Amino acid sequence: MKKTRKFTGELECLGEVCDFVTDCAKKCELSEAQVYAVQLAVDEAVTNIIEHAYRDRAPEDFEITCEKLPDGFQVVLRDHGKSFDPNSIPEPLLNVPLEELRSRGLGVFLMRKMMDVVEYEFDPEDGNVLRMFKKKGG
Amino acid sequence: MDIQSTEYKRCTVIKASGRIDGSNAPELGAALKQLNANGIYNVVFDMTDIKFMASAGWWVLIDVQKSAKPKGGELVLAAIDNGIRDSLKLVGMDSYFKIYDDLVSAVGSF
Repeated sequence: MKKTRKFTGELECLGEVCDFVTDCAKKCELSEAQVYAVQLAVDEAVTNIIEHAYRDRAPEDFEITCEKLPDGFQVVLRDHGKSFDPNSIPEPLLNVPLEELRSRGLGVFLMRKMMDVVEYEFDPEDGNVLRMFKKKGG
Repeated sequence: MDIQSTEYKRCTVIKASGRIDGSNAPELGAALKQLNANGIYNVVFDMTDIKFMASAGWWVLIDVQKSAKPKGGELVLAAIDNGIRDSLKLVGMDSYFKIYDDLVSAVGSF
């Protein structure tokens, strides 16, 4: 199974993105908890595309490819926005007093925690390419 | 997003349903902040019908908690779906809220 779909880079697309990814993930023998993890990671990744890669621009399309691999489920997101490397975002400080808690980096942190692989590449032609993988079983 | 508010003697319950993500988290935040503006700082967020919560939603709740605590109030959470609860624990954010399995317990905590 390999499916690709384009979405418009607006926050209102998040529900549709979730439906698409969920539908694909359920065909890959992931447990309910694993499907939720994929939903969350993809939601955070798409929100970053819209809020960072496409910041201060008119909404542009981005693309999601879901693929069933022998050992799990892969999601690849492609956009042509500003280069945005999630690896450049430091881990948020958690387990600190409430008043010291800051929002920066939590989305990326969740992606890393929810998925087994999170890889990023920037190509001048392809743009930002984010690959995430969730192992089945376990 | 449909947000319902129910006042009790010692707290107010806010209930929303479906997904909370970047597209609608501000709306939830505005509803909760409105309670604060009206001097209400003891709030139960009833999550019975919340099926998905992105980090944008958590930050709204954290912001509200940051406003409530200095005023002697508190935001507590009720009836969180297991998947959401697991992700909350994973990032260690469950320690910032009292969490109740059901709405009755949450309301009764005030």
